[in-house]
Amino acid sequence: MTPADFASFSNNAIAFASVVYVLALVSHIAEWAFGRSVPAETSAVEQPVAVGAAADAGASYDGAAAADTGTAEPDADLVSKAENVEKFGRIGVALTVVAALLHFAGLVARGLGADPARVPWGNMYEFSVAGAFGVTLIYLVLLRRYSLRWMGVFVTGFSVVVLMLAVLLLYVPAGPLVPALQSYWLVIHVVAAVIAAGAFAVGAMASALYLVKARAERRADPPTTGYVARLPKATVLDRVAYRVHAFGFPVWTFAALVAGPIWAEYAWGRYWGWDPKEVWAFITWVVYAAYLHARATAGWKGKGAAVIALVGFATLLFNFVGINLFGSGLHSYSGLD
Amino acid sequence: MSATGTTAPPAPPSTPPALTPKELGRWAWRQLTSMRTALILLFLLALAAVPGSIIPQSDVDAIAVSRWQDAHPNLTPVYDALGLFSVYDSVWFSAIYILLMVSLVGCILPRTRIYWRGMRARPPKAPRNLSRLPESRAFTLDEEPSAVLDRAREVLRRRRYRVDVATTEVAAERGYLREAGNLLFHISLLVVLVGFALGSLYGYTGGVIVVKGQGFSNSLSQYDDFAPGALFGADDLEPFSFTVDDFRVEFLRSGEQAGMPTDFSADVTYTGVPGEPERTQELAVNHPLSLDGGSVFLVGHGYAPLVTVRDGEGNVAYKGPAVFLPQDSSFASFGVIKVPDALPEQLGFEGLFLPTYGFSMETGPYSRFPDAIDPVMSLLPYRGDLGLDTGEPQSVYELDKDRLEVMKRPDGKDFRLDIALGQTKQLPDGAGSITFDGVERWVKLQVSDKPGKELALGGVLLAITGLLGSLFIRPRRAWVRVRSEGGRTVVELAGLDRSSGGDLGDEIDELEALIQRPAPAQKEKP
Repeated sequence: MTPADFASFSNNAIAFASVVYVLALVSHIAEWAFGRSVPAETSAVEQPVAVGAAADAGASYDGAAAADTGTAEPDADLVSKAENVEKFGRIGVALTVVAALLHFAGLVARGLGADPARVPWGNMYEFSVAGAFGVTLIYLVLLRRYSLRWMGVFVTGFSVVVLMLAVLLLYVPAGPLVPALQSYWLVIHVVAAVIAAGAFAVGAMASALYLVKARAERRADPPTTGYVARLPKATVLDRVAYRVHAFGFPVWTFAALVAGPIWAEYAWGRYWGWDPKEVWAFITWVVYAAYLHARATAGWKGKGAAVIALVGFATLLFNFVGINLFGSGLHSYSGLD
Repeated sequence: MSATGTTAPPAPPSTPPALTPKELGRWAWRQLTSMRTALILLFLLALAAVPGSIIPQSDVDAIAVSRWQDAHPNLTPVYDALGLFSVYDSVWFSAIYILLMVSLVGCILPRTRIYWRGMRARPPKAPRNLSRLPESRAFTLDEEPSAVLDRAREVLRRRRYRVDVATTEVAAERGYLREAGNLLFHISLLVVLVGFALGSLYGYTGGVIVVKGQGFSNSLSQYDDFAPGALFGADDLEPFSFTVDDFRVEFLRSGEQAGMPTDFSADVTYTGVPGEPERTQELAVNHPLSLDGGSVFLVGHGYAPLVTVRDGEGNVAYKGPAVFLPQDSSFASFGVIKVPDALPEQLGFEGLFLPTYGFSMETGPYSRFPDAIDPVMSLLPYRGDLGLDTGEPQSVYELDKDRLEVMKRPDGKDFRLDIALGQTKQLPDGAGSITFDGVERWVKLQVSDKPGKELALGGVLLAITGLLGSLFIRPRRAWVRVRSEGGRTVVELAGLDRSSGGDLGDEIDELEALIQRPAPAQKEKP
């Protein structure tokens, strides 16, 4: 295959991945729709988390078992709905895996589509595609460990939106790298940044849902059915958010404050120059540092910390979108004129 | 954390007694070193960093600053007074991070003392009622209590708990290194700050444009722009020198991204100390030249058209390259040529250098391609006084037009010269001529020295090490108590997580399984 073949294969793979993400999203929406009237105790979503047996979460996802645990009414209608919830949830995850594989193939082909072949993150389109893949990857890796299936609808929705924006607004044809990016630090720095950003995105979803759930739990009699009732308990959401952030923070520290400066030292002659991108990477770092502190401070635990995490993610997004497109700094690699 | 004062009963209406200076000091110190203050300072730091990414910074882009100041004459004095053109060494930005560092030290010192004591302490005795702890289990075994207790001790030791054994119970604790990691992280931040401060106090950064074939020696007068640290003296510049022998640049010639640079590099000949043998090195982006007392980086390039200017008396008044600065990715470049030696009047030229000439009715002359395929200069000639003798410093990239007059065509319009490579054009009224002899390239080099950068890097790496420890080491306590009951042994097992977000349940489950099962099953497999 010639580079041009790879480039067009990449475009097709990304297009197919988007379609499969949409199907996965629809499946997860169906999962939620069927689950709306199923009492939360009957729902399979919360069960494995509640017993804390994350390791064998797969077994607990069994539809019949989940329905059996419902002690309330052994209503045939509810049981069938619970089975549907289970079915569509599984289909959603399976489709997400397929989409992620296509997504990955598209990413690899994009790198091979450039002449000479290179890493597939040299401009804004490629950063977006790689970033969306990072989010999906983090979600799939942590899916079983933290029983994250409730997040599927948000992750697939996120990927659909990002890929659509990337293809419609940011697309540039595959080409070689500008000289400033020709360094192996591009691999190290950007991979670390994408992984950290993926973790922060997943963490932001958990924190946002925590706020919703915590608000519902504060009510005098929290409803037992409905969308919010199907979310895991607020404490579980908080813990998931913390763990994902705790993973993302050191990786971000490495990406933004070690790999970035070392590369900047080689490329621009200074390891830290308060370039707008660097400033916002620093701001993101400071805000997430505040999140970690807030979780250990009375009065800031819970709601306060979750809001800080969302602010952190907002700074990350601004750095990616705002500075790349409107900034004039050294990091303007959008490839768009 | 200073939550202690809040539990006091409601204060009587009378005014409270005034604080002595000592009490006030202690109160202020406690406030400053509280976690809440640290949080607020972190937010302030994040907020304070924002303006520097929006308003041009003189350390980052001095040209952008002067452009901004020209466009906003009313705001400039206000911004200047607030230090907004130099946010990151302004008083208020420094105040925030210095307060944060003081708060950090005030937090670290007592915590180190506590940690030092805690590290040598034995695990605390088992609480009376183990079933009240967050995780607890109870089960019965057929073995002797002492055998169970021995095994529990072994299991806990193997899982790296610090273990104390009493007659009927075992107390265990692990994860002491979490706090060590936490302290290491915060101390390392101070190390990074010291490294960064060394660089900004004793370091320097300078930029210079060198035309191919020309040289540079490291002294203050050679720099186009120079930003020394507060404690850096011009005498501290190491006496290295180099010559730019060659420069190559490649652009994509076809495809949808034609015009994008794919590669550029320069060959330099350098000596570290005058008199030492010369060496050569290729200089490229991401591939600097490292010398004692400074490194040289290739950060940009552009065109310097070679011109010959003859004055009204027919003498060669200027011959050589003139540096033009690229305006965009097409390398359409703006520049001036100053000819102070021209007689009877001084001459000046201002205009564009277009590496590949193109013309459209909308935009006028423009550059179609960044490489020098069909170079043309489009200049406006001026005559009069260049203003070089006034003593005021003047940019070499701009004409001071106060006493200059643009040359006119007979119909009154400006006399625009479009000169292709090799052409000579006459100026009106016998003022002279200009010849476009050739095209040379220049490179923008950045020379900088930042002492303390290794310290800063070491600091960040230590900080990450500490961070990993403080985030992923789980400090836990576990207790096992045994008693005989009806010929069997009742075992109580309980645990306490000392950090948030730990999965204590799993740990206690595993401990339970290990204590119940005498020998590890997998060892029996062949």
